[in-house]
Amino acid sequence: MLKDITLGQYFPGDTPVHRLDPRTKLVLTLVYIVAIFLIGSWGGYALTAAALAAVTALAHIRPRALFRGLKPLVFIILFTAVLNLFFTPGEDYLFHWRFISVTYTGLKRAVAMVLRVMLLVSGTFLLTYTTSPLAITDGLERLLSPLKKLHVPVYELSLMMCIALRFIPTLIEETDRIMSAQKARGADLETGTLPERARALLPLLIPLFISSFRRADELALAMECRCYNGGQGRTRMKQLHMAGRDIAAFGCGALFVAAILILRRLGI
Amino acid sequence: MDPVIRIENISYAYPDAERPALDGVSLDILPGTFTAVLGSNGSGKSTLAKHLNAILTPAAGRVLVDGLDTADEQNLLPIRRRVGMVFQNPDNQIVANVVEDDVAFAPENLGVEPGEIRRRVDNALRQVGMYDFRLHAPHLLSGGQKQRVAIAGVLAMDPAVLVLDEPTAMLDPRGRREVVAAVEQLCRERGITVVLITHHMDEAVRADRIVVMDRGRIALEGAPRDIFSQGQALRALGLDVPDTAALIARLNAAGLDIDPGALTPEACAAAIKEALG
Repeated sequence: MLKDITLGQYFPGDTPVHRLDPRTKLVLTLVYIVAIFLIGSWGGYALTAAALAAVTALAHIRPRALFRGLKPLVFIILFTAVLNLFFTPGEDYLFHWRFISVTYTGLKRAVAMVLRVMLLVSGTFLLTYTTSPLAITDGLERLLSPLKKLHVPVYELSLMMCIALRFIPTLIEETDRIMSAQKARGADLETGTLPERARALLPLLIPLFISSFRRADELALAMECRCYNGGQGRTRMKQLHMAGRDIAAFGCGALFVAAILILRRLGI
Repeated sequence: MDPVIRIENISYAYPDAERPALDGVSLDILPGTFTAVLGSNGSGKSTLAKHLNAILTPAAGRVLVDGLDTADEQNLLPIRRRVGMVFQNPDNQIVANVVEDDVAFAPENLGVEPGEIRRRVDNALRQVGMYDFRLHAPHLLSGGQKQRVAIAGVLAMDPAVLVLDEPTAMLDPRGRREVVAAVEQLCRERGITVVLITHHMDEAVRADRIVVMDRGRIALEGAPRDIFSQGQALRALGLDVPDTAALIARLNAAGLDIDPGALTPEACAAAIKEALG
């Protein structure tokens, strides 16, 4: 049952969006996030939603997948909406009863904030849907590589991330196994009060920790045997290449930001 | 022929152990040969393996790899590049979550140029028959497949010697056959020197030479036909003879004349067929 957990939720594919260099996608996602905060008019929201829909269609991602990504955030979205709806000061009351009041400004702001959060989250989800975790790690490493000059261990950090990703399925499998073993000895992991269940997790977590340390030890030894000695002097088999489509994507990104700014200026 | 690894009278004791794990072991490993090291638990066979690529360095005596002393820190990388090591648990040796990226790990560490890495990775994967799985995620492979990926990961360093420390201990019979077949092929067809640490007798029959360890010393050493005809001595060391050797011994005791060197199942079957006319 634990096996069903997927991390990063990558949908493999071979669309123009999938083929973009991960660096391009990372930078454009950042641009997209900044652009969302520059939106100053309803036209801007419409344009952003249209752009998001276009990229989603281009990547052959079903819109339902994007909405599913929003599900865990329903509470935050509702909270933002309520907060803005009821606590925006103003005089243009739409509704007023004792101390509860809703203003027109508040309503506008609530809708805008909800749109912003939804666009923001769906946009970043689109990145993880179309880029494998490994490619994201790789892209990040290369984007951050100038920091190596400041002695930031960029390569080590990306290797850590890569190994963590690699071991998630292995550790999930192991957790499943330990769970079955403890259940076979009568452990009750599913009923009882919260503190009781937390205590019941100990016999699960302790073996898992011990075995993870043993794994780490063995992995370190195996890596040393394969001549690992830090990031220095290392080469990479896979080189990233910026292609024409990356330049086109950057062009689209620039146009998008310009359009947002123009719409903001015109107030449409 | 000069040995590729020369072990000169080495001893080693783990901290807090009552008796040394290795106690005066000398051994020459000749290039291109297949050596199997047998022994029961605690016989020192894994400790011996760990001395071959400077994971451990001897307390007394020395180990030379291509003339390089393992005790010298300066020699660490050249020795590790020459002597590849594969461990028991394939899950704990695989670094990346795509097969080909994992195989590329060692040559990337060595600073090999990208085109050459690609060539070595494809080559190594073909040699262990895993080329078609190069884009798979390792955790979806079977145990035998994972272990072959681990072997490819070591082969990509282009080593002269391949040391395998109980590589089949965690595998099912099918996985064991796959791994042993791949290792034997590497030795016979590519001329890679193989040192296989195992406690499965039927894997050792394929070796050129067998070294039997007992309490930190070499108890028996010789060709498989000579070692496995000494059933008594092996049993006294807590080991057994392979099924083929036991069968040949019983048939010969019953009056047949079968070559005691026909130890692989195929050779044994052929020899029996011939003896029966």
